[in-house]
Amino acid sequence: MKKNNKQFNIILTGVGGQGPITLGKIITETGFLQGFEVKTSELHGLSQRGGSVTVQIRMGKNIFSPLVSQGEADLVLALERSEALKGCYYASKKRTIFLINDFEIYSPSFGSQKLPGLKEIIFEIRPFARKIYTVKASEAVQKNFGLAVLAGVFVLSGAVHKGLIPVSPENLLKAIKSNVPRGFDLNKKAFSLAKDNFEI
Amino acid sequence: MNIEKLLYKPAGERAILLGNFAVMRGALEAGVQFVSTYPGTPASEIGDGFSLLEKAGQGNFYFEYSINEKVALEAGIGASFSNLKALVAMKSFGLNVASDALLPFVYTGSKGPTVIVVADDPSCHSSGQEEENTRGFAYLAHIPILEPSDPQECKDFTKFAFDLSEKFEIPVILRLTTRVAHQSSIVKLGEIERPKERIGFVKNYKKFVTMPPRVLEMHEELLDKIEGIRKVAEESVVNLIDDWSDSAKIGIITSGVSYLYVKEALQLLNLKIPVLKLGFFHPLPIKKIAGFIEPLKKVLIVEELDPYLEKEIKILAKDINPKLEIMGKSLLPEAKELTPEIVISAIANLAGKKLKISLPVSGGKLKIPQRFPNLCAGCPYWSVFNGVKQAVKEAGLKNEDVVFGGGIGCYMLASFPPHNIQDYLLCMGSSLGVAHGIKKADKKQKLISFVGDSSFFHSGIPALINIVHNQSNPLIILMDNQITAMTGQQPYPGIAESGRKEKGQKVKLEEIVRACGIRHLKIIEPAKDYKEFVSAVKAFLKKDEATVIIARGPCVRIKK
Repeated sequence: MKKNNKQFNIILTGVGGQGPITLGKIITETGFLQGFEVKTSELHGLSQRGGSVTVQIRMGKNIFSPLVSQGEADLVLALERSEALKGCYYASKKRTIFLINDFEIYSPSFGSQKLPGLKEIIFEIRPFARKIYTVKASEAVQKNFGLAVLAGVFVLSGAVHKGLIPVSPENLLKAIKSNVPRGFDLNKKAFSLAKDNFEI
Repeated sequence: MNIEKLLYKPAGERAILLGNFAVMRGALEAGVQFVSTYPGTPASEIGDGFSLLEKAGQGNFYFEYSINEKVALEAGIGASFSNLKALVAMKSFGLNVASDALLPFVYTGSKGPTVIVVADDPSCHSSGQEEENTRGFAYLAHIPILEPSDPQECKDFTKFAFDLSEKFEIPVILRLTTRVAHQSSIVKLGEIERPKERIGFVKNYKKFVTMPPRVLEMHEELLDKIEGIRKVAEESVVNLIDDWSDSAKIGIITSGVSYLYVKEALQLLNLKIPVLKLGFFHPLPIKKIAGFIEPLKKVLIVEELDPYLEKEIKILAKDINPKLEIMGKSLLPEAKELTPEIVISAIANLAGKKLKISLPVSGGKLKIPQRFPNLCAGCPYWSVFNGVKQAVKEAGLKNEDVVFGGGIGCYMLASFPPHNIQDYLLCMGSSLGVAHGIKKADKKQKLISFVGDSSFFHSGIPALINIVHNQSNPLIILMDNQITAMTGQQPYPGIAESGRKEKGQKVKLEEIVRACGIRHLKIIEPAKDYKEFVSAVKAFLKKDEATVIIARGPCVRIKK
């Protein structure tokens, strides 16, 4: 299938509790403010309870399907590093950039099983990726604000400032304000932190 | 943006709406006056949204979370019989519960226009019971069914469904699936109508009372109504044809979210093939379909789950175009939801186009442990499950010696590690009904049945009375977390909060349990009195009549 430059597809993966659904809403509204057609698909229900969550976001022209087709993702944004592997299905060597929060979340359902390390994860993803970036976002927001849930906005802001998503930082900030009006001040700080401190 | 502002944006503006919120906007535009629901994913946001609007003092409608879907529909029927515009929302399994009221309601017909929103969940993303296809109710209930594919259509079809219901005095189902209900996109908003003046219930024996022989006349009138609606469907824009060409030899017929996958696939494959998109599932626009398939050599039917459309079109083609090659489930799966790539490959096959897939096979060798959803930190259910396991052990039993009955709610998570105590799971309230049967099959079988507080009100009470009256002795743990937790902390009759500005009257679980005839009842907070809980489970396991422990402790997600 040939690459279609008119569309930008994002696979956002993470763990329930990291705020992936809200982050998906923020990205969608940013695309809307940018003047794109937008479409999002999300799953609810068990997602709040520490399960894996995938949100699919599409923006551009002639967007029909709410789901990204296999291999058609432009960006896989993983809020937890092992969850980045969920993006492989939607990714391809020619097209996809992975941006991974280098952070691990344990689940009681693992028992004694261990999650793979970052090296193993990257080795696995490489055949599906044009480029792989990792960032210690959870560490950064924990250190600066003591609040891990800000990692999402931090990563997103970094991605936008580095040009990994075709939207402007101004529109992103507007979308953050309209989606998290109560926590806006802290989110704005996380947004600004990523502007100058996003090493990938 | 908060939902009050979002849903009352002025006409002409555009807003990003979730499919479920678009349904709400459609209902508001139609001037809805009465909304009832029982929460269930993927339909929950409809009720939750109306609850927020009501609490914010917006809208001229009555809203309630009813005790179950049958009661929600019956409340909607009462509103409709009283000339109100009514909307009832539920998930797929809810319609099974409500079907006893639904079928006669289609016979009497509605008075105030009535729309029933039902959300299916192909691939069972959040539905444990079975992979339901509500379209089948068209055959059972003769009820008109509309299928939107995106949020814009969610809004427009809801309004259209109210119009249709008003004109033909018949309830209409708006059938959603997860990928429609939980799809967000840009919706162009229309005018919000002022609700009509209230008239109240006007007696009409001939219309509202289903008694033979009148009910048989009603059946005939219903069949006539459907033919009348079919004429509307033949002309309606909700059934549309894209890219028609008189010289076309192949075509596609589709509906719901599958239409979006078809459009995406045609774009990706760079193909122009006529597409008939059906907004009506029932009644089908027979003439329109006939006209579409008549000149074709091949047609592909793209639909999720059962091949209902395919079967109807095969029957139709026998007269219209017997040589037509009809493809559908020969290329597409009958179980699980469709995805764009499945549809891409089917359409490539239809058009004789080779697919150049150069992707490495996904799902590599790296094994990662599965991240099951789990109980929240601080959830009172941790103490319940741990306490039950400890009591079983202290009673000298193994987990294998005891049957653990499961039900629908957060306590479904008992099925996953680290708990692993769930031996059967069917539907709301069934942990009790099934427990009775197992006990009757083998009196000596030790059995502990879990039931949630909301499930108990929903459909557990008759089963408990059956256990008492017909004398079996399961140990029942009534998980009282003071809320309907799994679907997003909706209120239920055990608390005074009602989901409206006005408080409701609290109905006490222990009073109901005692009134059902249970003589061994303990009310314990396992998170606080863990030892007492463990001893109670041990003691009750030995009783030769039915026992109940109300395990109390509020859900940690309750907003204070």
